[in-house]
Order: sequence, then C-alpha cells, then structure tokens
Amino acid sequence: MSNVLVLAEQSHGKLKKATLAAMGAAQQLAKRTGGQVVGLVMGKGVQAAADEMASYGLTVRLADAPVLEHYLAESWTPVVAEAAKAAGATWIVAAATAFGKDLLPRAAARLGAATATEVLSLSGDGANVLLKRPMWAGNVIAEVELATPVKAFTIRPTEFAPAQKAGGGSVTAQPVAVDAGSLKTRFVEFQEVKSERPELTEARVVVAGGRGTKGDFKELEGLADDLGAAVGASRAAVDAGWVPNDWQVGQTGKVVAPELYIAAGISGAIQHVAGMKGAKVIVAINKDPEAPIFQIADYGLVGDLFKAIPELREKVKSGK
Amino acid sequence: MPLKILVTVKRVEDPESKIKVKPDGTGIVTDGVNYKMNPFDEIGVEEALRLKEKHGGEVVVASIGGDKSITEIRSALAMGADRGVLLKHEGALDPLLVSALFQKLTEQEKPDLVLLGKQSIDDDQNQTGQILAERLAWAQATFASKKESLESEAEQKKQPGLVLSADGKKMQVVREVDGGVETLEVSLPAVVTVDLRLNKPRFASLPGIMKAKKKEVKEIATASLGVELQPKVVVKKLFEPPKRAGGAKVADVPELWKKLHEEAKVV
Ligand SMILES: Cc1cc2nc3c(=O)[nH]c(=O)nc-3n(C[C@H](O)[C@H](O)[C@H](O)COP(=O)(O)OP(=O)(O)OC[C@H]3O[C@@H](n4cnc5c(N)ncnc54)[C@H](O)[C@@H]3O)c2cc1C
Ligand SMILES: Nc1ncnc2c1ncn2[C@@H]1O[C@H](COP(=O)(O)O)[C@@H](O)[C@H]1O
Repeated sequence: MSNVLVLAEQSHGKLKKATLAAMGAAQQLAKRTGGQVVGLVMGKGVQAAADEMASYGLTVRLADAPVLEHYLAESWTPVVAEAAKAAGATWIVAAATAFGKDLLPRAAARLGAATATEVLSLSGDGANVLLKRPMWAGNVIAEVELATPVKAFTIRPTEFAPAQKAGGGSVTAQPVAVDAGSLKTRFVEFQEVKSERPELTEARVVVAGGRGTKGDFKELEGLADDLGAAVGASRAAVDAGWVPNDWQVGQTGKVVAPELYIAAGISGAIQHVAGMKGAKVIVAINKDPEAPIFQIADYGLVGDLFKAIPELREKVKSGK
Repeated sequence: MPLKILVTVKRVEDPESKIKVKPDGTGIVTDGVNYKMNPFDEIGVEEALRLKEKHGGEVVVASIGGDKSITEIRSALAMGADRGVLLKHEGALDPLLVSALFQKLTEQEKPDLVLLGKQSIDDDQNQTGQILAERLAWAQATFASKKESLESEAEQKKQPGLVLSADGKKMQVVREVDGGVETLEVSLPAVVTVDLRLNKPRFASLPGIMKAKKKEVKEIATASLGVELQPKVVVKKLFEPPKRAGGAKVADVPELWKKLHEEAKVV
C-alpha cells in the first residue's frame, strides 16, 4: 500500500484554502503511486473540519483530543506518525504554511522520512515520483528524489489546483496517546492580526508597498479597499515596523499568485520577486526607471507613488 | 543562570549574488560568486551574544562543510562568540544528515539552547531545526521573532528577544506565524530557529576580528561521528526557472488604467 496522508490545517472549524491545494496535490500523487488519499484532522472540537475534508471524497482520520487544543509540533508529531502507520501511508503531504513548515519535517523525521519543502510540481510514477522545488530564492529549480521508504513534502499552495468536492468520503477516529504532563512546550498566546481585507495568499488583487512609501501606507490601503484587495509589503517596510510582519511577500515571507499585483515603491530585489512573480499581471510604480522591478512588470509606471496612487484611485472609483 | 548556547552557521552564496545554473544542470556556477554566513545564522549569533551578555555563559558556533567554512566560523567569533567547531565534510548534505551530525555535536557539547537559522538561503529547506528537535526529543520553537520592531527602543538597547524565566529553566519565544504572532514557552534544553525580525546583527569590530584569530576552532571529521553520510534528499538536476516576460512601460496613470481595464481586464 502506498497511501498518501494529507495534513489538514483549520481555523474556527473551516479548512484553510492552502489545505485544499495540499489535498489536490495528494490526489495527483495518489494517481501516480496507485494509492489512496487519507486526510488527517487534528485538534480539539474539530469534527466540522473533518466532515468538510470528507466532503472531498477522502477517508479522514480525526484526532480530536483536549491535549491537541493548541497546535504544538511536539504534541502533534506523534499523532501524525501514528496516523501515517494506521493509514498505511508511505507519503505525507501538507501545505507550506507556517504550520506545515513547522510540523512536517519533525513528524517525517519521526518516521525516518526525508522531506522536500515548497514543492512546485510532481513527475514520474510508482516508486519513481520526482519533486520540483525552488532553491536560491527561486533562482533555481531542483528536481529531487526522496530516498527513504516513507517520504514527505510540503507544497506551495499557489502551484496546485484545489481538490474538488466528491462523494465516498468518511471520518474515523484516530486515537490520541499524548501525555500532556510530559510536554516540554507550552502554548502561551496567539495575537491575531485582525483584518477586514482578504487574506494575502488568497486575494485576487494585492497592493504592495516598500521603502518608497516612507511608512505612509494610507493611499495604498485606500486603493486596496477600492479594489477589494489585500495589502502586501517588502521586507524593508516590515522591518521598519510600518506594517505587520505577515504582510511580507518574498523568499522568507508569503508567496502570492494573484491576478493583479501592484508594487509601489518596491525596488524588486530577488528575495521580493521570489514571492510574487507568479502573479498573472504585475504593475510596478517606481520613480527610478532603472529599478529591477520593471524587468518583470507587465505595466511599469515611472513616477512618484504619492501622485500615481491617488490618481489611480480616482480612475478605479469613476470606472473610466 | 548562565546559558551554554550552540549556534549553527552555514557558509552560503551572498544573497546579493547572481545565481546561474551550469549548462549540464549538475550545480551552480560559482565563478565570481561571493560567500558569507547565512543571514539567518547571523541573527542566531547575535541573539546568543545578547543572551550571554544578559545571563552569562558560553557561545559555541558550529558549521558543517569544507575547509572554507572556517571563514564563517571566524566571522561569528569576530562578532563575539567564544569558540568554534568545524564538522569537516566534503560532498552533498541534506537536512536529515545535517541534523544527525548536529545531534552528535549537541550530545557532546550539552548546550542549554541550540539556535539555528529558520532556513538556509541556498537550499531554502527550512527543516534542519525541526528535525534536530525531533532527534533530540527536545522542545521546538521555530521562526523566533519579537513583538517590538527593529526600530524600537528594545532593539536599540540590544535586548534579547528570547526571554529566560527567573529560574533559568524556561524560555519564552515569540513566533512569526500566519495571521499573527504566537508565544510559546519551551523548557530548556530546547531548539529554536530564528527569523529575520528577531534582531539586527552587530558588525564585527576590529579588536573583535583580532581576538577571533586566537580563539579555538576544533575540527572534527564527520566520518568519525558514526552517522551514515548518505543524503536522502537527492538532487537529480537543477534548472533555471522560465523567465517572466516583462519590461513594458506606460506613460501615465490614464494609460495604466486603460491597459488594466481594457487589455488585461483585471480591474
Ligand atoms: C535572507 C534575506 C531574505 C529576504 N527576504 C525578503 C522577503 O521575503 N521579502 C522582501 O521583500 N525582501 C526580502 N529581503 C530583502 C531584499 O533583499 C530587499 O532588501 C528588500 O526587498 C528591499 O525592499 P524595498 O524594495 O521596499 O526597498 P528598496 O530596495 O530600498 O527600494 C525602494 C524603492 O522605492 C523607490 N521609491 C522611493 N520613493 C519613491 C516614490 N516616492 N515613488 C515611487 N517609488 C519610490 C526607489 O526608487 C526604490 O526602488 C531579504 C533579504 C535577505 C538577505
Ligand atoms: N552545513 C551547515 N552548516 C551549519 N549550519 C547548517 C548547515 N546546514 C544547515 N544549517 C543550519 O540549519 C539552518 C536551517 O537550514 P535548512 O534547514 O537547510 O534551511 C541554517 O540556518 C543553519 O543554521
């Protein structure tokens, strides 16, 4: 049996969009290996997420226990390992979100499995499935083979089509044998950055600002709201403390692939480009005509963002 | 409570350099490429030094690689680390192997804390710390950051972002995760991986560089550690990604709007 175990990430009982992409990748993989896809939902009071996962035609193992209330790599790792064994899984898949990146390498290591991170695509069949993944901030793509009996990888959610609803799914209980008293990690708090805007990685349009904004994101945020867009930022803007950390787009921030990405006052360093070059249309607004961002922009506007953004907002509002 | 801290430092291509793949896909072109310490590891060294300044203790830096990796160990010693260990290794590595070697070193050195970078900027794996924590069966806190910005007063005062408890047995770690910041408390010994906004690393001073030359760097051959030296993430081939076609300019905002509205139809 070479089944594929796919790890769910949920919030308030709903699966994350990234998980749907991971399920899509798992289904693609199962076709190549001839195995079944098995879902794993972990947490406390997360039956709804398990039912949702099953509605995509998956056999779902539900590990629901008070000790799993807060995600901790230490306590979730043994659950993943047990579930993989129970499911006869030789592959484990998760999305490359903060959760997947934290958990999967550790859980895989417990099973002696090698892990590939941020996988972009799969090729080959049976035992010879190869994975493509980025290196050097996406300047290089590597084709890798995992040479362990059990194998694991995280996928880049923008690169895989989400799973589709299907019948035939079911939910079974996954026993949890984690001793809360033995844990060396304790959850203290989560400070959520609340926003009315769409999530950065899920938005159709992203308006992003960099050091060129000099910390003034007002007009950019206004444009984002006019367009129903998410707001992104370069590392320079985040490091300066102008905007929240989780707005950062790039090699070490979020990877986005919206239909439209507007980069204002961003020079286009490779580490930034690594996170947004998958956008369908890229607009660059920068007063330096030599800025590297123009090399990848579909529409480059040389000019002052403090003039251009308000003007663009007028156009958006009037619709002509 | 003095802390013994092990910090890992990797020699990588300078993030400013242009990376090209060799025509046969077996590696990258290294001519004209500069090397330096992985930027995340500089942050790890800085954090270790701040913790030592506050609580006392020792900072040991370790690298796995060829003879040249001694340069990055010396850089960390010049920043202020106390001594170095080079695990001498030629040939391919992967996170399972690197973490197995660091497990051996950790068992020898018995630090209270191992600090690694969140990811190496060459392989972009983001795995080694997580696997090391599992191998050691220690607490793990990845992507350590802090709530204050890099322009804040706390940063100016060079306060550590990792907060040791009064009894010296636990540490609070603020983590950068999706949708906000999370705080975990880990019991020591623990593995922590550091993210970009934990601190701004110091530059080595001239006296620091002079002193570094006299600090001890122990060399250990990886073959002597009883670890199977075969990577399991096997790179078959490297490619350059397809280039994005771009470069078109518009004259003004009305033209930009027209293109977006009528040509690309995205607004
Ligand atoms: C290990 C590592 C990881 C990194 N990860 C990331 C990452 O994930 N994401 C990321 O973004 N960066 C990352 N970086 C940083 C990256 O290398 C760049 O330093 C950063 O992206 C620069 O941000 P910027 O473009 O906002 O600033 P700058 O490069 O300073 O560019 C500012 C631009 O604004 C323009 N400008 C100024 N005023 C105006 C105006 N009034 N109107 C219009 N244009 C104006 C200027 O012409 C300039 O081009 C990383 C770096 C390292 C070493
Ligand atoms: N060869 C190496 N030598 C020293 N440290 C390493 C090496 N490889 C990985 N590391 C450490 O592990 C961290 C994460 O690397 P990675 O999992 O490869 O992205 C790096 O930031 C380093 O601190």
